[in-house]
Amino acid sequence: MSRIIRRHRIVEDDWTLAVDAAACAPACGRLIVPLARWRAEREALLARAAAVGVLLPNTEDVEAIHPQIADRPLIALQFPTFADGRALTQAVLLRNRLGFTGELRAVGDVVRDLVFWLGRCGFDALAPRPDQDLQACRAALDEIRIAYQPAADAREGAWARRRMSGSG
Amino acid sequence: MYRYDEIDRQLLRERTAQFREQMRRFLAGELSEEDFRQLRLRSGLYQQRHAPMLRISVPYGLLDSAQLRRMAHVVRKYDKGYGHFTTRQNIQLNWPQLAQVPDLLAELAEVQLHSIQACGNDTRNITCDYLAGVAGDELVDPRPYCELLRQFVTLHPEFYWLPRKFKFGFTGATVDRAATLTNDAAVHVLRRNGAVGYRFFVGGGLGRLPMLGQEMNAFVPESDLLLYACAVLRTFNRFGRRDNPHKARIKIVLREWGIERFRAAIDEEYAKIGASAEGGRLRLAPEDIERMRGHFDAPPYRPAAEVAGDSGGQAARDPRFAAWLKRNVRPHKIPGYRVVFVSLKAAQQAPGDCTAGQFEALAELCDAYSFGELRSTCEQNLVLADVAERDLYELWGRLDAAKLATPNVGLTTDIIACPGLDFCGLANAGTIGVVHDIYRRFDSLEAQYEVGPIRITMSGCMNGCGHHSVGHIGILGVDKHGEEWYQVTLGGSAGNEAAIGERVGRALSRGEIAAGIERLLRAYLELRSDDEETFIECYRRMGMAPFKARLYEAEAEAEDAPAESHVSEERAARESAQGALAGMDGCGAAAA
Repeated sequence: MSRIIRRHRIVEDDWTLAVDAAACAPACGRLIVPLARWRAEREALLARAAAVGVLLPNTEDVEAIHPQIADRPLIALQFPTFADGRALTQAVLLRNRLGFTGELRAVGDVVRDLVFWLGRCGFDALAPRPDQDLQACRAALDEIRIAYQPAADAREGAWARRRMSGSG
Repeated sequence: MYRYDEIDRQLLRERTAQFREQMRRFLAGELSEEDFRQLRLRSGLYQQRHAPMLRISVPYGLLDSAQLRRMAHVVRKYDKGYGHFTTRQNIQLNWPQLAQVPDLLAELAEVQLHSIQACGNDTRNITCDYLAGVAGDELVDPRPYCELLRQFVTLHPEFYWLPRKFKFGFTGATVDRAATLTNDAAVHVLRRNGAVGYRFFVGGGLGRLPMLGQEMNAFVPESDLLLYACAVLRTFNRFGRRDNPHKARIKIVLREWGIERFRAAIDEEYAKIGASAEGGRLRLAPEDIERMRGHFDAPPYRPAAEVAGDSGGQAARDPRFAAWLKRNVRPHKIPGYRVVFVSLKAAQQAPGDCTAGQFEALAELCDAYSFGELRSTCEQNLVLADVAERDLYELWGRLDAAKLATPNVGLTTDIIACPGLDFCGLANAGTIGVVHDIYRRFDSLEAQYEVGPIRITMSGCMNGCGHHSVGHIGILGVDKHGEEWYQVTLGGSAGNEAAIGERVGRALSRGEIAAGIERLLRAYLELRSDDEETFIECYRRMGMAPFKARLYEAEAEAEDAPAESHVSEERAARESAQGALAGMDGCGAAAA
């Protein structure tokens, strides 16, 4: 079982990514399935798996498909390369606009140098690329502790802080 | 000028440390070349022909004397004793050592200078009217809004990994001096019925397929600057193409969708942000704007009677001063003050280059004569914005001693050019040598004064850092079978009547190009209706044909002129660019 970072802690991953049907025998565990499979096999998956999360392509319009995934305990978003930032917008919209409160997980080319930006955009779970040092990845969440702008984490934007302090 | 508080200082310190650690890992072999490339570009560091190139952001073109002194220090300590001002008001260093860059950046951070997002697929440094706050035609000083937006887009987590670079350009005046429509987004700050707001243009960009920005929103209210910017950037991040770097700018989305669909998408996103909690967090309160405006208060100008001088009398006695006064000095909105242009286009100088000694001289001069501040322009010159008339003669003498008083601002030898093949890894052809050839033909000031206002621009490749597509005369270097050739475009303009230049025809060789430009200018002198008609006005009236005839006159006479087809030229240029992209950094190179 691989390890991931969840809410600032390094933990064993208790979910399995199941791309095809063979990966789910009866009474299988917690599954992450691609959106297409979730749409096609929703009832069967809910009957057999302990929990079902959904993996979205980074081209998917999260607002349009939100009704189909709103109640999922986990949504996984993809980074084909770490420099492809489309899933960052998906994450911000899921958190800020659509009120998604389940686990938001980054998968794919998740490297240490992307981690800071992921945390700020509302990801609370990261499945780093296999060659990555998990301790270093976790530390990178706070590589920069201050922010100029609000995003989908707890950091306040600079102008809001200046308003409160009356400085500037 | 904006002064950092502890929030700004902490952010820059932590960012500088972040990059230092990235560099350490790269040098230790813990980061691959390709992974590091994405990171170093976002800290302004390119891999160039001879050495790395570091681009330092100059936010909206504003520098103070402490920063100039620090620039003098770092170009001596880390480079070969000079820096280069770009068409986007930034400064580039062409010879830093890779391993020393973190120390260099730490020294710059002490004076509020940095290279954050100076390259890479992110929001770049914001450019602005270099006469902000002093121009008579100004409606609203844009600088507070530039700084508010600068902070919003700096290290913005959602917009740090965009499909391609994204540039903002601002003006608050009626005359567009900042080539704003060549940016991905242009923001025109204005008043309507007394209320401040922004006219937004989106979809401009030079490089291959040059386009000018189109109006997306005629009036965004003052409070909504960040909401609208967020809507544009989010639309770009979602829908910008990622399959082909040459088709990844926002202008391609606009072209492929058409303006109606594009505007509807941005409007929809803007409305959604506005109706949500996110909008509430992004909306600027009057106190936010007021606080920022306080950073850009007018300097303590003195009454006109105290600063008046006798520049007219001095000019009558000293013709060199008279030439400078006429060409490099402009009116100021405050009586008794003048705007002084510092030419970085002396003979035998690469356009935009500035030596350590000149940085120091400029620091002293702006302290002595212009309230300690200096501005960089989109034409690769500098501006002392607040000079008392009584100081002009003395200032001129000191600028002249530093070779910073060439009286050619806006004239033939005030050529805008990227560094070209001599430095840049993307370039197909040299630029500096051509500049010097043109310079030699127009070295006499009389010839330049006869020609009058003209904008000659040159890029060493189609990435267009030298803004060739918006020059009255644009020159584009191309590589043909290992030789340097030059395509000419005519009728481009970056100002209020912005236009993309039209290509005249086949390229000219390195040996022909300067003579060809001279023939174009002589054609203009013959064709113009009177002394008042400028080159660009004459071109618009006459059209291309008479200019084209003169440009190719020499070959028409020569029997053995080589026949060239555009198809092969374009293919050669494309192949050459692709070759460069494979090995070098694929974003618009040196003067961007």
